[in-house]
Order: sequence, then C-alpha cells, then structure tokens
Amino acid sequence: MSWLSIFALALQTAIGFQGASFALAASGLNLQFGYTGLSNFGHVGFLLVGAYGMAIAADRGWSIWVGFALGIAAAVALGLLLGIPTLRLRGDYLAIVTIASAEILRLVANARPSEPLTGGSRGIGGLSGTLGFFDPNFIPAGNYGIGESFVFNSRQLWSMLFTWGLVVLVTILIWALVRSPWGRVLRSIREDEDAARALGKNVVVFKLQSFVLGGLIGALAGALIALEAGSVSPTRWVATLTFALYTVVILGGAGTVLGPVVGAVVYWFILDAVDGILKNLWFDISDTTSGAIRLAMMGIGLMLLMIFRPQGILGSKKEMIAGAR
Amino acid sequence: MPASDALQGVATEPGARKPDPILVADGVVRRYGGLTAVDVDHLEVPRGVITALIGPNGAGKTTFFNLLCGFDRPDEGRWTFEGERADGVRPHVLARRGMVRTFQLTKTLARMTVLDNMLLAGHDQRGERFLPSIVKPLWRSEESANRERAMDLLARFKLDRLAQDYAAGLSGGQRKLLEMARALMAEPSLVMLDEPMAGVNPALTQSLLGHVTALRDEGMSVLFVEHDMDVIMTISDWVVCMAEGRIIAEGRPADIAGNDAVIEAYLGIDHGGTASGAVR
Repeated sequence: MSWLSIFALALQTAIGFQGASFALAASGLNLQFGYTGLSNFGHVGFLLVGAYGMAIAADRGWSIWVGFALGIAAAVALGLLLGIPTLRLRGDYLAIVTIASAEILRLVANARPSEPLTGGSRGIGGLSGTLGFFDPNFIPAGNYGIGESFVFNSRQLWSMLFTWGLVVLVTILIWALVRSPWGRVLRSIREDEDAARALGKNVVVFKLQSFVLGGLIGALAGALIALEAGSVSPTRWVATLTFALYTVVILGGAGTVLGPVVGAVVYWFILDAVDGILKNLWFDISDTTSGAIRLAMMGIGLMLLMIFRPQGILGSKKEMIAGAR
Repeated sequence: MPASDALQGVATEPGARKPDPILVADGVVRRYGGLTAVDVDHLEVPRGVITALIGPNGAGKTTFFNLLCGFDRPDEGRWTFEGERADGVRPHVLARRGMVRTFQLTKTLARMTVLDNMLLAGHDQRGERFLPSIVKPLWRSEESANRERAMDLLARFKLDRLAQDYAAGLSGGQRKLLEMARALMAEPSLVMLDEPMAGVNPALTQSLLGHVTALRDEGMSVLFVEHDMDVIMTISDWVVCMAEGRIIAEGRPADIAGNDAVIEAYLGIDHGGTASGAVR
C-alpha cells in the first residue's frame, strides 16, 4: 500500500461518518467543558442513552423520530438527575458523579436482567430494516471518489450528508448561543463562578442549562451512531470514548465554536494514518498491538499538544496565556 | 457633609440605632467547630454614608461580611436589607436587590475582555435568557445600551483604553478598579468592598479613595472592610470595630481613634497614642 492510499483512507475516515459523529459528540462536550468549565467525565453516558433510545425504539418497530425523542428525553433526564445535586457543589463532584454514572449505565445495559430491553451483552442488532435510515437516500448507488482509495459508496455519502448536516445545525446553534450574553455568563462561570454570583447570576441554572444541552447533543451523536450501524452494543460505550472526545475538544481548541469539528477531523486523520502505517510496516503487527500503539500515540500526541499548543488548533494563544496568569 | 449629618446624635456605642439604616443585623452567629468566629448582637449600617468595618486580624470582619452578602451561612441570626429579609437569601438574589460586593483577592474574569467583565454585570438582560439569546435582534439594543454605560464607567475609572484587552493583562491595581467599576455596573444601593486597598500602591490608593467617596456622593451606601487606619480616618463617615467576632465599638472616626476598647483590641500597637498609621 502506498503512502498516498494510507493518507487517502485516513482522510476518508476523517471526513466520513466517524469524523462527523465525533464532531457532534465533541460539540456537546465543548459547550460543557470548553465554555462553562464543567468537568463532565461521563459524556459517553449521554451517547449511550441516545444510542439505546434509538435502538430500543427501533426494536419495538417505532420510527426514527420516536428513537430520537426517546434518546433526547433520556439525555435531558440524565442531565437533570446528575446536574441538580452536583452543580451546586464544587466541580470535582460533577466529575466523579458523571464518570461513575456512565459506567453504571453501561453495566446496566450489559446486565442479564436488562436483556428484554437492551439485549444485555449481545446488544440489539439487525435494526437496519426497521430503522430505514438509508431509505430516503437519493444518491444513486455506486462509488464516488478519486482514484482507488478515496472512494465513498452511496450509503456512506448519505450518512455523511445527514451527520455533517446535523453538525452544521448544532454548530450554528452553539455559535448563536455563545456569542450572546448567555454565552458570556457561561464563560464567566468558567473563569470564576463566585464573581458571577456576586454580580447577580443564578450560576446553578446556567450550569444546568449548559450541562443538559451538551448532554442532549451527545445523545444525538449516540443516536446517529446506532442509526448508522443499525445496531447497538454495550462494549462501545466505555470511558475511553469520553477521553477520546476530550482529546478532540482540546486538539481543536476548547471554547471555540469550530474547535470540535476541526479536532474530530484531525483526530481521525492522525489515528487512521498511524493505523495504516503500522499495518504496512516491513514486519507484521497484530491488530491488538496496533490498536494499543495507536492509543499510546494518541496519548503522546495529547501530551505534546498540552506542552506546545495547549490552546489547540483554533484556540487563541493570547487567551490561553491570559488563563495561566 | 450632608450625608454624615444624618449621623448627628447617633450614640457612639455598639449596636447604636440609626435614623434610616439600609441593613440591620440581629444575633448573627457563625461558628467553626468550637470557635465562634462571628457573634454580632445588633448592627445597623447607615444609609448614604461610608461605613468602615475594622478590627485586628481574626476579628471576624470578612466572615461577617461574607455572611451578610450570602456567601456563607450563619448558625444563627437574621438581617434585613432595605427592610426586606436578607438572611438565607442566595448571593445572586441579594446582588439583584442591590447589595453588590467585591472580593479581597480580586475576581476579575481573566480570559474575558475588560468590556465583557463589565457587560456581565448588567442585571435582567434579555440576552442572558436561554432561548432569547439565540435571536440577536431580541437583545441587540439592550446590549448596545449596556455597552455605552460600560464604556462610560470604564472611562471614569480610566480603563476605557483597555476595554478590548483580556482582564488577565491588567495590573493588580487596575483589577481593583475594574472590580469596582463592575460593581457599579450592577447598579447597587449598597456597595460592599472587601479590603479595596489591599496590595495597592499609595498613588492608586488615593485614586481608589476618590472613587469610594464618589459612590457616597452619588447616593450609594458603602460598607467596606479595611485594615489601613489612614484610609479609614480619611474617608469613612462611620466606623464599626470588631474584635473576637463581636462589635466592640462604633462611632465617627474621631470617636474611634480615641476609643480605649479599640486600642486595646489592636493589642496595644498604638497604645496610648493616636490611632494613625497602618495597623495590622
């Protein structure tokens, strides 16, 4: 395999569904962490309820829209449940509660007694037919692209169109929110919530709004992941995914509107390029080994980023220096 | 000074009654385990004047101050602000009612511009509500009015040139000024200043003093915690002295300077002399 095709494949992942779904999920986290300073270490829990909402609805023969509604309702409920008791306390409490609750959700979905609802450890599969996600696809069947490696089939293009479309809508919404006085209050809470309090802001309410909206966006990403795959499995929703999303947010630039989008694309490009290179070395590396190396490289990458460009790709250096004083 | 005329005839004793107090506290107690940090029987903060809250280190000034503006919760006690109950009220509600505080260690919002620091302080902004915030036409005019007012205030505090800079870039003194300007942006009736002159160079102290007296001249009431006796003697109309959590003396600056209990409380640093110079 040539270098060119390795990079073509990596770019395909980066601008494909993987990149788009990560951009969406990370946008929610960016609102919470980047703008409001909330340490949500269980973002994957929101993705999980979104995905299971979609899958459970489809399993019962309900439409996609019911699936979205179910996922969103579950995310809002989860956000309020976790947020109301912890957001009035110091930030550490939220971190602990979110990371634990995401694990609890995964274990509950995975457990035998939940099988009738979540399918337990097997998850729920074979939903593509019921979901009919690809039914409205107007793109004629066939392959589109340049050369032999950089090619998308019509199904991939459809899911990309749908997901990136949603990313655009959510990004516009977040842009409108954070440029407003509402966004200004969020940033003031990130900087010093006592100062915001002393100036008459009901800090808990703003934090709750940001937390729930960010979680809801995460649930949308989860629902799309279930839609695209036509299945849901409990093994996917591990804490590593939350940290991958943090990497995306920091890589792109926390507290910038387009940071999560750029971060997601760059993240997947690097990850897949490393993967492609590892698979095409002069000696063989097993998949598990290359997976582990890939993760290690990502960790090293994140460290280098924090040392040399802590503000991320889009963040402002001036603002980052301001924060350090 | 007409403002302090109102204090004519007020007894110089702890818990003295005043004609039209803006804040009245009764039986406020705050304990930390076995230690009683604050134990105030009765205090009336006069309206329209500058009241200094003084006392040696550990007297409970800042604790009492934090209690009054809702940042800490008392074990006992009640108080009213503008005649309405103010104990058990959350700090942001008190701020909206007109009791706006600053902090001893300035809390400027570092990664926000000076102007954004100011704009944040406007009350009841439509653009701060979740859904209306999305639609800019709903809050554009309000925002530009606030911006104008903010720039006026910044000009008064000589910070207008720095409006677009990050607040982190300000010097310690400029931060004090910004915090005071920001408090004014919130349109307070009672300004609570926690050691406004701490860590500020003498030249800037003069400028800060001018700003504080200007607040009074505009009809606001000021309650401030301070260590520096010179500052207290220069600008305050009324002085309340705390020691070991209690109010031990009240009076005009001149009364306090010669008060035995006050001198005693400061552990005899100025024993027998006049209370001038920094007492710490």
